[in-house]
This record gives sequence, structure tokens and C-alpha cells, in this order.
Amino acid sequence: MSDGAVIDRIVGRGVPVRGNDIDTDRIIPARYLREITFEGLGPHAFEDDRRALNGAHPLDDPRFAGAGVLVVNENFGCGSSREHAPQALLRRGIQAIVGESFAEIFFGNCVTIGLPCVTMDPQHVESLQALLDEAPDAELAIDIDAQQVVTDQGAYPAAVPASARASFLTGRWDALGQLLENADEVQATSARLPYLTGW
Amino acid sequence: MANTLLDTVWDMHTVRRLPNGETQLFIGLHLVHEVTSPQAFQMLAERGLRVRYPERTFATVDHIIPTDAQQRPYADGMAEQMFAAIEENVRVNDLPFFDRSTGRQGIVHVIGPELGLTQPGMTIACGDSHTSTHGAFGAVAFGVGTSQVRDVLATQCMSVAKPKLRRIEVNGRLSAGVFAKDVILHIIGSLGVQGGVGYAYEYGGTVLDGMSMDERMTICNMSIEGGARVGYVNPDATTEAYIEGREYAPAGDEFQRAAAWWRSLASGPGASYDDIVTMDGADIPPMVTWGINPGQVTGVDDVVPSLEALDGPGRVTAEEALEHMSLEPGRPVAGIPIDVAFVGSCTNARLSDLHEAARVAQGGRVADGVKALVVPGSQRIRAEAEAAGLHEIFQEAGFEWREAGCSMCLAMNPDKLQGDQVCASSSNRNFKGRQGSPTGRTLLMSPAMVAAAALAGEVADVRRMVAS
Ligand code: SF4
Repeated sequence: MSDGAVIDRIVGRGVPVRGNDIDTDRIIPARYLREITFEGLGPHAFEDDRRALNGAHPLDDPRFAGAGVLVVNENFGCGSSREHAPQALLRRGIQAIVGESFAEIFFGNCVTIGLPCVTMDPQHVESLQALLDEAPDAELAIDIDAQQVVTDQGAYPAAVPASARASFLTGRWDALGQLLENADEVQATSARLPYLTGW
Repeated sequence: MANTLLDTVWDMHTVRRLPNGETQLFIGLHLVHEVTSPQAFQMLAERGLRVRYPERTFATVDHIIPTDAQQRPYADGMAEQMFAAIEENVRVNDLPFFDRSTGRQGIVHVIGPELGLTQPGMTIACGDSHTSTHGAFGAVAFGVGTSQVRDVLATQCMSVAKPKLRRIEVNGRLSAGVFAKDVILHIIGSLGVQGGVGYAYEYGGTVLDGMSMDERMTICNMSIEGGARVGYVNPDATTEAYIEGREYAPAGDEFQRAAAWWRSLASGPGASYDDIVTMDGADIPPMVTWGINPGQVTGVDDVVPSLEALDGPGRVTAEEALEHMSLEPGRPVAGIPIDVAFVGSCTNARLSDLHEAARVAQGGRVADGVKALVVPGSQRIRAEAEAAGLHEIFQEAGFEWREAGCSMCLAMNPDKLQGDQVCASSSNRNFKGRQGSPTGRTLLMSPAMVAAAALAGEVADVRRMVAS
């Protein structure tokens, strides 16, 4: 089983999407969960928020067209476990998300599909968002190993939990290959579980 | 030092530590529904893999299923396609499948316990964040994404980091008219919607000890709304009594041996926790959400908070919430007019929930202009409720009585809010757009409170309605 590509550095322009507790229903409304593939999800990311703002959503702002780094606030991706949310962002061209904090299932889903979520202190997120407002063409470089986000203006300290960092830097962010490696050990584990052995 | 249930169950299911530091965890029970599984089965097929432990995966249909018209093919072509996909996937992989023809169909988190599949000491995964529900039995139960559904299908394992553990003790007694739903909304309101990120929640204390399994499931169900992926209650005599005699439960001598093992798993008196929070049940009133996440909640006799009362980051979210909800800061929560009343979902559509709602509805009449529906959590609950005559109470009061499914909890079937309707709902999420209309508005509350709101046409304090 082959592993994925090593992900150590992501370079791109950023787009600020402000607000705390942005849930996965908002990232991709449930009506798009009716498709049996992830393929067509990209254009529908944040659809209802964008429609409500009638062109004023940052994702519709021409200054941010083509940005690959989402810059968000607290508890991003809370709510439903739908992998459709990170899949929609990935398919829209988002390659990394920088934010104050992430909901756990969302974070794990992102790791599994090779989409790094990087946390920064609130004041740094705020200054990065302000920078993007002023200079939407600014380039951000996210360095996973050094745990920092670098701009022309300087470097911001960032954090990627050790397990996710190891996964991205070794290219083993999709766990399936490793989980398939040791069927004997899996069998041995199941053989000591009373509810599988008939008590 | 005594171990916690989390430690014991985790260690027993650990296959190995992966190079990235996470655990390769064996999953004892895997539950599957139609919405988050088709891509996983497809990924499996693309890699030439088969389901590794087909006897440990069980499937049903709940999210997209219509709860009114039943004829196949469904009028909704996409629902039909999704059904065809799961039927094909369970057939090819030879998986047990509880569809409507079995009489055992229902919301995945309702039927797992009901069939006796959910048992203490198991690790449980499902491509659905409310898998935390199963923790009510002393299982360690995770919601996972579709790639992890694929992992569990292919290997019966997932890669996961062990969470920290917070014990939440609710002591004392609940007042009349206050239910498990109010307790969990109060907990989320106190600790915040991200207070549980990185934690598992162990719920205990005299209030939890005295709760039925239905009530414990309501509590554990909404752990994820508090940010905690896992929530559980230690198994006890109540747990055993619930499981005994169910279809997939051990029987006879096996049951005795199983029960002894289950009890041995409970966190011991000197077990250590990363954090402990205590609350007094007497402080909890019937709760109602006023915003767009379940932490934006207050007592029914309270007011929508003023923005001045909210400091810091919560304030921006609150402003957005009040705008979406069109609610004036400082107005009383009681009296907010509603258009729709929904009793249903994996939080509150079990038999005891329907009984509580029916008790309020009995002899009353749904207010003019309010659409009210009751959607039982499973076919079996529906049948039991009918045997008890609850459907007649609801129908006489003007509620629609539906077939089992998720229905208006997430509006993937035809049950949706229209425009900016306001819905009193016994479900678990009041997110913008959650109930099918981007401008729709959701007020979360207990099933009894939903019934009270349906009759009053506005948010009403169930304590007064029952008393009068
Ligand atoms: S009832 Fe609602 S929360 Fe529960 S599984 Fe169905 S959609 Fe999810």
C-alpha cells in the first residue's frame, strides 16, 4: 500500500473567513450529502452563507480568488462529522486552514485527506486576517515542521499537534496503509475481547 | 490507583501505537447508515479490499428516508439512488441490514441499543457525530468521517488519539418538568460548545445514577455539541436491566458472565481525571436555545441575553445569532412565537420521550397555524407507542404521526422548514440552515417543552402547563 505525498510546506494566498463556531452544516449544507460521491462538492462550499451575503462573502470576493489558505477563528468545523465539509474545501482548492482552534472530528477528517489545519494565537490570527484585508495578494508559507506561518511581514508561531505533524512529514496521513499492515495483531486483539469470544 | 472505564476499555482495544503517536484501536461494533457510507464502500472497492469483519458491521437507513410516503422507488431520485447504493453495498459485502422490511429500521443510534448490539466495554464507531450516544452503556463510542468508515470496514481499526477525561457530576435532584435534555443543554451552556474538545466526558453523580437508559442516551448524545467526541456513563444495574433479553444480548449464563465483566469496567472510586466539574441538578430549569449553536441557551423563565452581558469572542457569535434569529436582546424567552414543532431525532425520539410529550399534548390542541410532527426513533418505538395509544393522543391534538427516521433533524428528506419559520425542536442542533431552510430558525428544548410550545403557539414553560 503506497503512502501519500509528504506535506511539509504549503505556499499560497490566504482568505479570511471570520466567525467562531462555524459548523459543518454551514461549510456544506446537508442537501449536498445526497450525492453518493464527493466529486462535485467544491462549488457548494459555504453556499448558504454566500447566498445570504449576496456576493459579500470572502469566498466571492474577487481579491481573494484562487486563495489556497483559509484563515478562520475558533472551533471551526464543529457539528456533524460529515467528511463532505473538508472534501468540499479541498475540491475548492483549499490546501491548508489556519485558525484559532478546530473541532476534533473535522480536524481528524482533514488530516486523513491531507489538508493541514494549523492553529495560532487569537491575536496572531486577527493580525493575519487584517493583513489579508489590506494586502490580499500577500503570500503565506505554512511550514509544518517549523510550525510557523511566514509572510513578508514576518513569521507567526503556529502549532500542529505532534501526531498530525508526523503524519504530514512522513506522507502517512492516510492511515489505511498502516492499519492494513498487521492483520495478525488485530486478530490477537480481537481474541482477548470477552464480547467476541463468548464471555 | 483505580483505572477509569476509558483507560480499561482503551487498553484492551489497543492493537499498537502507531509511529505518529496515535493508537491503532480495534473497533468492536461498527454501525453504518446510507449517507456517510457510499464513498467509503467505493474507496474500498477501488483499493480491491473487502469488509474485514462483516459480522461486526450493521447497517440501517435513517437520514434520507421519507417519513410519510413509503412507496419505492422514492419520488426523490437522489434518495432512491442513495438507497440503491446501500442495498448494493450490504449485499456485496454480506452485511446485516435493518431496512424497513425487517421491522427493526430506525435512527442508527436508536436501534443499536434497542437491538442489544450496543454493550458496555465495546469500542463503537459510526460515520456520524452522534455516535457518542452509545456511551450511555459504558462503551467508548466515536463519530468518524467517511475515510475512517473506510478504515474500519477494511481493518476493523481506526487511528485515533486517546482523549483526556473530564468527569461531570450532576448531584442533587431535578425539579418536576426538567428532563435529561435540560441537563445536557445546561452542561453545554456552562462549559461551552468547545469546552470538550480533546476530552471524553464521563457523566456521573446522583442525577445520572437515577436516570433511565433513555435519559442517559439523551445526555451522551449531545456530548459532541459540547465539543467532546466521546461521552459515557459507567455501567450499573440499570444498564444490565436494559440489555437483558434484547436480540443481540448475551443470554442465560453468558449474560451473568457478561454482566460481571461490565460491572468490573466502571471507573473505581479513586480513579484520576484530568478535570472534574460538579453541578447541582436543582439549579437546572427547562432550557431553550436562543441562538445558532447549542451553547447559546438559557432557562425558559430567563431572557435573551443582552450583548453587553457577553464579553469577548462570544459576542461576535451572539450578534450573528441574534440577527439570524431576529430576537431582541433582553426579551423573555417564553412567548417567542413558533411555526413548527418537531418531536424526534436520536436525542429525543425514544419511547419515554414520546410519553412525556404525549402527557403534555393530551387533551390539548395544536395552536392555529403551527405544524406539529412526531417522528419516532425506530419502527419498534413506533409500534410500542401505538400499543400504548400515544399516536391517538398526538393525532387528536393535531400532531402528525410519522414513520421512523431522522426527518426534520437535518432535513435531508422532504421535511424541511420553509423560509424563516421558527421551529421548537427536540433535536440537537440549531445551526443556521440545519432544518432545511437557510433562513429557518431552530429552538432546542425537551420533548415536553416542544409539545407545550406546539399547544401554546409560542415558547411556554412546561412546568406551568402541566400544573394548570
Ligand atoms: S437524528 Fe439527527 S443527529 Fe441523529 S443521526 Fe439523524 S440526523 Fe444525525
